[in-house]
Amino acid sequence: MSCAQTIMDYGLRSLGYGERLLPRTDFTLCHQFTLIGSGMIWNIYFGVLALIAGFFLANAIALAKSAQSPWLHRPANWFILIFRGSPLFIQFFLAYLIFLRVKQTIPALDWLTAAWAGALVVLFLNTAAYSAEIFYGALRSVPKGDVEAADAYGLTGWKRFRRIVWPTMLRLAWPAYTNEAIFLFHATTLVFFSGFPTTGQRGDALYYAQYFADKTFNPFVPYPIVALYFILLTLAVIGIFGLVNTYLNRHLPGETKKLRYRPQIIR
Amino acid sequence: MFSYCTDPEALSGLRWLSCYLTTAKHAGFYWSFLTVLTLLAITAPTALAFGFAGASAARSAFAPFRWIGKGYIAVVRGVPDIAFFMFFVIALDQAFEWVRHQWKCPDWDAPIRQGNDFVVCAAAKLPLGTADQWIHEVYGFFTAALTFAIVFGAFSANVLFGAMRAVPKGQLETAAAYGMTTRQTFWRVLVPQMWVYALPGLSNLWMVLIKATPLLFLLGVEDIVYWARELGGTKTARFTDYPHGDWRLWYFLALLVFYLAFTKVSEVVLERLMKRLTHGQATLGGSS
Repeated sequence: MSCAQTIMDYGLRSLGYGERLLPRTDFTLCHQFTLIGSGMIWNIYFGVLALIAGFFLANAIALAKSAQSPWLHRPANWFILIFRGSPLFIQFFLAYLIFLRVKQTIPALDWLTAAWAGALVVLFLNTAAYSAEIFYGALRSVPKGDVEAADAYGLTGWKRFRRIVWPTMLRLAWPAYTNEAIFLFHATTLVFFSGFPTTGQRGDALYYAQYFADKTFNPFVPYPIVALYFILLTLAVIGIFGLVNTYLNRHLPGETKKLRYRPQIIR
Repeated sequence: MFSYCTDPEALSGLRWLSCYLTTAKHAGFYWSFLTVLTLLAITAPTALAFGFAGASAARSAFAPFRWIGKGYIAVVRGVPDIAFFMFFVIALDQAFEWVRHQWKCPDWDAPIRQGNDFVVCAAAKLPLGTADQWIHEVYGFFTAALTFAIVFGAFSANVLFGAMRAVPKGQLETAAAYGMTTRQTFWRVLVPQMWVYALPGLSNLWMVLIKATPLLFLLGVEDIVYWARELGGTKTARFTDYPHGDWRLWYFLALLVFYLAFTKVSEVVLERLMKRLTHGQATLGGSS
């Protein structure tokens, strides 16, 4: 069987299209590359959607946390504490069990127990908490002079926030936020190893890598393939976030330094 | 455990709960918390040692050492840690068995990789096929701990490498001016001073390490996640004296609270440690 045929058969296997049975014997490199690559679709799906949705929630929570009113900053603090203080792995399990109960009372919400929705919700809340902490830190380091200048120009309220505070906050937070994005993509590999069940062997990259490692008893091929795919994904994330970074810093002469891959540990 | 526990069916309310929570199986659950703490106690210093070796290698003057050190940091950082966990547990096992195979059965001529199998001679099996169950468990735990140490060693190598560079150049130049050798400068000037710079990163790492401990479950160790699933699942009266529905939710909530408390306590302790270490240092933290 040629490699092109394998790609036709298994290229979209993780979504349930193509060949139904996974290869059982005669594993070729092409099989492994195709299936693991097909699994990457899920990693990208979870990462991108959670990141986009989480961005908005994170902004709201960061604002709530820096608000004066205890009705706003207390819940925000708790939210951040719970999601940053506990392992994502436990959060997945807990969320799955909660969704099971929800399903019993409201049968219409049964899609929540499927990985594509349930895990996405968890990742969304998790990344929102981590990003909110980053944004909150950036919000506090917005230069006082900027805000005073805005006041002097007569900008107030929403307008001042939208035009002055928020862009500066985003600019300051961006390098750390890039890290968060990278770690979020890494975290997506946990989905199919925690409570959420896989249906019809539709899994992510690591799921298929483990499948091959179990079948061939040789970890030295599938896991490096996963590593390669993730390094490429990481580079893509850095590239895209780097473009945004140059955009955010476009008014600052000499500040448009290239965003270097310097991972900090945040999770 | 208590004297009134002999007939669980007659009990109710708090008494039932007190009996339920002290069954032999629950003792296994409580011991597994100790497993997690043991893992942390073994992994943290080992990872620090790996990190120290990695960071020293990465700033070595000898180029191949530098490549190894930097490669170690870069590769482990760019890839999801759970992929590494799954990889190393098998890879280490096979590496150990391969080494023992070469050593114990030198006249074995069949290939080790036969198709989809990994075959070593019986004497090289780890642990030996005849070994007790507890040896298998300890061995599994040991490979898991080593895996954690390798992965977190790379993280801490990254932190320590940064910390070594953060020590003011003038200090090292002064040491050189006093006629210290490179080795003396490293051990007497650089290493004692770098810890203050490394502490924020290392305490962050400690938090990450705490939150990575449930992954032990994926490595086949009977840890708290294993027991929470085991004990929480629905139990019918046929198999246990304490039948109950699906209680996994409550068990996992307990785990959540455990981890939240653990991170909170660590946060407080590390903050105190930081205050003490920065006392009198010429940094922003020290002046206050």
